[in-house]
Amino acid sequence: MENIATAGEDDSLFGFWVYLMTDLVIFAVLFATFTVLRNNTFGGPSGRELFSLPSAVTETLLLLTSSFTCGLAAVAFRRGVRTRAIIWFAVTFALGAAFLARELGEFSGLAAAGAGWQRSAFLSSFFALVGAHGLHIAVGLLWMAVVMVQIWFRGLSAAVVSKAARLALFWHFLDVVWIFIFSVVYLMSRLV
Amino acid sequence: MTPNSVTDPIFGKMTLDALPHLWYTVGGTAFVTLMGLGVALVLTRYRRWGWLWREWLTSTDPKKIGIMYLIVSSLMMFRGGIDAGMMLIQQALAAGGSRGFLSADHFQQIFTSHGDIMVFFVAMGFFFGLMNLILPLQIGTRDLAFPFVNSLSFWLYAAGAVFINLFFVIGGSFAAAGWLSVVPLSELRYSPGVGIDYWAWSLQLSGLGTLLGGINFIVTIIKKRAPGMTLMRMPLFAWASLCSMVLVISAFPVLTAAVALLWLDRFLGMHLFTESFGGNQMMYINLIWMWGHPEVYILVLPAFGMFSEIVSTFSRKRIFNYASMVGAAVFITLISYLVWLHHFFTMGAGADVNGIFGAATMLVAIPMAVQVLNWILTMRGGRIVFALPMYWFIGFLVIFVFGGMAGVLLGSPAADFQLHNTLFLVAHFHTMIMGAIFGIFAGISYWFSKIAGFRLDETWGRRAFWLWLVGFFVTFIPLYTLGFMGATRRLDHYPASTGWQPLYAAAAIGFLILVCGSGALVMQLIASYRRRREYRDRTGDPWDGRTLEWSVASPPPFYVFAASPEVRGREAFWEAKRARPETGGGPPARYDDIVMPRNTGMGLYISGFAFLTAFALVWHMVWLAGLGLAGAIACVIVRSFAEDTEYVLPASEVARIEAAARADDN
Repeated sequence: MENIATAGEDDSLFGFWVYLMTDLVIFAVLFATFTVLRNNTFGGPSGRELFSLPSAVTETLLLLTSSFTCGLAAVAFRRGVRTRAIIWFAVTFALGAAFLARELGEFSGLAAAGAGWQRSAFLSSFFALVGAHGLHIAVGLLWMAVVMVQIWFRGLSAAVVSKAARLALFWHFLDVVWIFIFSVVYLMSRLV
Repeated sequence: MTPNSVTDPIFGKMTLDALPHLWYTVGGTAFVTLMGLGVALVLTRYRRWGWLWREWLTSTDPKKIGIMYLIVSSLMMFRGGIDAGMMLIQQALAAGGSRGFLSADHFQQIFTSHGDIMVFFVAMGFFFGLMNLILPLQIGTRDLAFPFVNSLSFWLYAAGAVFINLFFVIGGSFAAAGWLSVVPLSELRYSPGVGIDYWAWSLQLSGLGTLLGGINFIVTIIKKRAPGMTLMRMPLFAWASLCSMVLVISAFPVLTAAVALLWLDRFLGMHLFTESFGGNQMMYINLIWMWGHPEVYILVLPAFGMFSEIVSTFSRKRIFNYASMVGAAVFITLISYLVWLHHFFTMGAGADVNGIFGAATMLVAIPMAVQVLNWILTMRGGRIVFALPMYWFIGFLVIFVFGGMAGVLLGSPAADFQLHNTLFLVAHFHTMIMGAIFGIFAGISYWFSKIAGFRLDETWGRRAFWLWLVGFFVTFIPLYTLGFMGATRRLDHYPASTGWQPLYAAAAIGFLILVCGSGALVMQLIASYRRRREYRDRTGDPWDGRTLEWSVASPPPFYVFAASPEVRGREAFWEAKRARPETGGGPPARYDDIVMPRNTGMGLYISGFAFLTAFALVWHMVWLAGLGLAGAIACVIVRSFAEDTEYVLPASEVARIEAAARADDN
């Protein structure tokens, strides 16, 4: 019986890896679309004029730190230390929310400056790619809230730990995607 | 330019015009309503609502989900078939002065929905159904890795199937830009109605279901095989399904993303694929075919797997060169990613790019030929039994080699420039899909007794087979010829001086033969049901089968295997029968407790809310979209708190059911 239960959790982790690969393909499509369209500014502003590198670096630092605190949460829930797991998840949540707030701030700034998604194909592809990542972060935050509630009320049962492990995987995955966004969208806007 | 500017806060873009008022929307709505009322009446009359809910709609049992897939696909095949008939009859009539009976716009909607329905809801549905029914049995497991996700997958697929027909009731017009909604025609400027949005969300709903199904089957095949069943001992249907599902998880996200981007263009006024503001149309065409080509192999690989099982069973031989069959399936999987550009050689990518993709396309013929030759060599020297599945198999061989040759011809860029978007192409890909359809018919006639407990009627089956084979050639040989004569696809009208009308008329006659073939299939079901006692499968092994699904009763008990089978070779059941010829394995020494998933309606609820969200987004009803999304998220969260999702079937109960079944047999 116990073997069956643990085998089930193992399966869901493996299944989640497979899911992450499908999500990676979605991001690959969005990256490809951005790369194809990034110079199609149609007389509008280019990335070089629009993007502020310090702001992007701040976002990157927020997200990288949140990945680190998420790792600390993982250490805690694997050792069965319930309060510490919740605390580190809460810190991760705060950092993720700060990232999302900054990103939304950047989006509304762009829209206010006449550089919304309707301005050019370049901006459409920018909003599609970075927006998709932001949407994933929002989903991750919602999920994190649910996991924190479950750890609080249910304790670190096998099912909850499995769920938290998958969440951690998801969060690190979004971090990796962000590193590519930072390089391809923000850093490369300085090059060309 | 903002599409939101004219929307009502409550009804969005919906006006009274959306209600049915054309002959086909009124007819479609009336037909669906009458069908629904009829079903509701029967269910009420026989007090079957509770039974329907408990035994079917909330089921997480792959055997039941599989049957529901087959039912939805059959209904959709009826719907897609009507489309095909309307097109062919229109084309047979509309030469010169005659305009036929369909308007140009209606004709465009018909060819669009025909393609989408046949690919997404007929072929995919049938294969997912058969995989649900057979695959777990074949690899010796009771269930898929994630039973709840399986239920959700099915309900998303069903929601997509309803969604693609919803325009009959609300909307009035479907997408009219071809089955892949090519840009810029599908952009808001040229397709201002809701048809494309219905198309997009129907594909997103069913596509999400397919994606989840793909993940589920991969984890099942990798992780849940019976002890002793190594990868190289798996039946070839399981291998083919694995390859097909690997294609699903890598290709369907591309479709999801591409359709989402097109929808962003339409909904938010983006310019990704528009012809102004710097959009790039060829980006969309590239993306959609990066999914579209692998999709062809997603459909055809499971058919290959079924034929491998069938040819081996009915030749009374092991499959010839198993390892090369696996290798060929894997090679097809890999090469299918590298040929998408052959769908648009005329894009103008230049001779080198076209040359490389042309050569890659022709390479596909090699693994295909390996499979075909191995099937033929399996039959060589075998004691062949011409049961019904073998008829479909032989028919498939003829059709598939025929269509494959046409494909190699099209793979040459020089020839493709002549044949691009002609009826030759249409005839080619219908030949390949028809191969997959023959695979579905073969698979159903092979496994029907395992599903229903009685075999299918052979006489009506053979009639159906001959009608389909002849009907196929009478329909599509004229289309190949017309393609060579220069007839482009999707014509609702052509000048009489072309001399095409007799060939179009021949194709329409071929369609009528196919209709008779479908009628024969229905008759086959009726005849089999009437003589179900005579056709009853008492042993569970009517064909002297070789793989594990034949080791259990037909239909199997809900827990399938009383004890997990031990696999010692490639043909697990065949070897077990040889080792203990008298029974094919008697009752196991002892029974264990079995953990079974509980039923849940959550899959249905989540798809319902997703359906509502999609509907709201089609009509720009922001409040309803928010409500639907919140509902779906709430359901997911509630489900994540559910702890009591499984129950234990005690060993004593298993022993009792098994003993009762044995007593029943004797």
